[in-house]
Amino acid sequence: MAFYRSTVLVSVDPVCIEKGAYELIDSLQDELIKQGLIDEVQILETTRLGDPQVYGPDLTIYPEGTHYTNLTYYDIPRLVEEHFIKGRILKQYAAVMTDAIDEELTAPKTKEIRVVLQNIGEIDPRNIEDYFAFDGYMALGKVLTEMSPDDVIQEILDAKLRGRGGAGFPTGLKWRFAKQAEGDVKYIICNADEGDPGAFMNRRVLEGDPHSVIEGMIIAAYAVGSSQGYIYCRAEYPIAVSTLNLAIKQARSFGLLGKNILGTDFSFDLEVRVGAGAFVCGEETALLASIEGKRGEPRARPPFPAVKGLWGKPTNINNVETYANVPRIILKGAEWFSSMGTEKSKGTKTFALAGDVNNTGLIEVPFGIALREISYDVGGGIKGNKKFKAVQTGGPMGGCLPESYLDLPVDYETLGEAGSIMGSGGMIVMDEDTCMVDIARFFMEFTQDESCGKCVPCRVGTHRLLEILEGICDGHGTEEDLEELQELSDQIRKNSLCGLGQGAPNPVVSTLKHFMDEYKAHIYEKRCPAKVCRSLITFEILDGPCTGCTVCARNCPVNAISGERKETHVIDQDACIKCGICYQVCQFDAIQIT
Amino acid sequence: MVSDQIKETEQLEDIREIVEKIGSTRADLIPVLQEITNKFGYISQLAIKELSDLMSLPTKEILSVATFYRMLSTQPRGEHIIQFCESAPCHVVGGREVFSALQDALGLEPGQTSADNKWTLLTTSCLGVCGIGPVILVDTDMYGNVTSDQVKNILSRYD
Repeated sequence: MAFYRSTVLVSVDPVCIEKGAYELIDSLQDELIKQGLIDEVQILETTRLGDPQVYGPDLTIYPEGTHYTNLTYYDIPRLVEEHFIKGRILKQYAAVMTDAIDEELTAPKTKEIRVVLQNIGEIDPRNIEDYFAFDGYMALGKVLTEMSPDDVIQEILDAKLRGRGGAGFPTGLKWRFAKQAEGDVKYIICNADEGDPGAFMNRRVLEGDPHSVIEGMIIAAYAVGSSQGYIYCRAEYPIAVSTLNLAIKQARSFGLLGKNILGTDFSFDLEVRVGAGAFVCGEETALLASIEGKRGEPRARPPFPAVKGLWGKPTNINNVETYANVPRIILKGAEWFSSMGTEKSKGTKTFALAGDVNNTGLIEVPFGIALREISYDVGGGIKGNKKFKAVQTGGPMGGCLPESYLDLPVDYETLGEAGSIMGSGGMIVMDEDTCMVDIARFFMEFTQDESCGKCVPCRVGTHRLLEILEGICDGHGTEEDLEELQELSDQIRKNSLCGLGQGAPNPVVSTLKHFMDEYKAHIYEKRCPAKVCRSLITFEILDGPCTGCTVCARNCPVNAISGERKETHVIDQDACIKCGICYQVCQFDAIQIT
Repeated sequence: MVSDQIKETEQLEDIREIVEKIGSTRADLIPVLQEITNKFGYISQLAIKELSDLMSLPTKEILSVATFYRMLSTQPRGEHIIQFCESAPCHVVGGREVFSALQDALGLEPGQTSADNKWTLLTTSCLGVCGIGPVILVDTDMYGNVTSDQVKNILSRYD
């Protein structure tokens, strides 16, 4: 491992790139070579160091921690001369060090426990030696020298680790099935096809700590008796793909992958397979079809992949987060792991917290934490002191839960019983301004678009659900629609081939169950209580507050607003397209939505 | 016509090279199709016929795979491909306004290619960078925290 006296972290946030971050890096590299300092000063790329609009392009030099901002490549020769050669801080560019901002992953908040995310931001993912320094591959060493495959499976069973992809099947059991299945060739697969909109937990793990996943897979391969594995990563994650490929290469060069791993008889190798843009490929049988070079269409189970998987051979498929947990369980023990969580759901879970809470981003919490604690303690409460309305868990196949469910402990069973699912870890908190019918419509738009089309209940059913929801949002809803939504949902759920179709009605069923009032308001009163559905709202100008400033009239794209200067304006309701621009531009709160 | 024939021969040579590099088993089909899409912008009828011979697969099989995946295209695409993330997290932080600015600037509907063959506008599923939404991907360059008035500036970088 090379040692440097200084490390320069350059922000390559998209905004900084636009402002010339790469030119800065090139120039810095040239200048360091010119001054003979290239072996002493290391340049690393990082995410944003401060607000890029204000500070970018910027860099921080360690160990001093000097934050230089608003640089251009012209400034570099002087910066190198002053800072590195003369040892003086160039005050003109040095900003007071503000806290580094990683909008996706901040320092752990109260009630968070970081297990899967523990190394992220701490190590250089492109250097395997950094992972070694954090006990990397120690678990693999322990497994290969001290444990039999059955011991490993027993340890994972004792830890009660369950699949983090969403279904929550006990991982140890899955491994045992694959081990017991007959066949001389067996495969290990990592499902890194993280497709739920807004869920990016796995991406950060793959980009920030790829070796934890690789180590977990090697241990699984040893337990199951496999010599070949694949990581199926979605093509939308190019950085994850390149990080994984590099990590695999480095692991191979250290004898951690390939023939006779760590000098034992055990051999295993890995390959990354890149998806081609199909959400349904996150379903395990569709994923297998895709690796085999076919259309990513699911098939009926059983036979389960553990018996008949890739090319008909026994195959173990786990999610990124599941594998990342494995080395930590082996090192710290099943007892430590199972001390966190509820009776049936052990350990921690990562979530991508989004929506109307103050702190959005990645979080990792122990199972059993209440939804209220996530929304208010970790999430920092609702933005703008608005009222909480619902929390949506489980991605597009999940459900929406109202305030009365906030004290529910988060685990696989309770979320399922409440009408939602754990899913892979998307979590959206919604405030009072959200229309739940519109949310159901939004999710249904997604699922009907992503339905692969193989089975009729899903292909036709999701389309029909969407049509009904669109009708309700447009003000054409009837009483029969409510029954049809319910009945159709039941049919789709029971008769669809795979998890996508079976879960697709969840957003509809859960909103029908918990927010029936809103459906009724749309249907019987032709009213959208949250004032979201355009067809059901009107914009009006209030006599009192309107100063006749003409801003609304000038901004209206269809010239539907008329009125003399300094007199109350009027909206022509027939011409109004309800775009809401007048509402946004009015500075006197004179526009009322009803 | 002669130049067309030369082009065809060149394309066939490139396709053979790609298959040689990646492989000709069934499992190699999707990586091969991805490489062809990257190289030529789309998978032509000619390419499908050639692949059918090289990989011993019926053309209908290749077509059925090529039309299944969003990132594979059987239609010609422009020089630069713009992908706009249409998922909920981008949507709620102003994605809708940015997308209409993008459509106005290009004069294109999603899925269309400009008459001069310079741009193709596509929507994409979640890119997983929800912390910096709204997000635009131009070829492989990602732009985050995009506002409507930045759209023209971003496009002008590809002049």
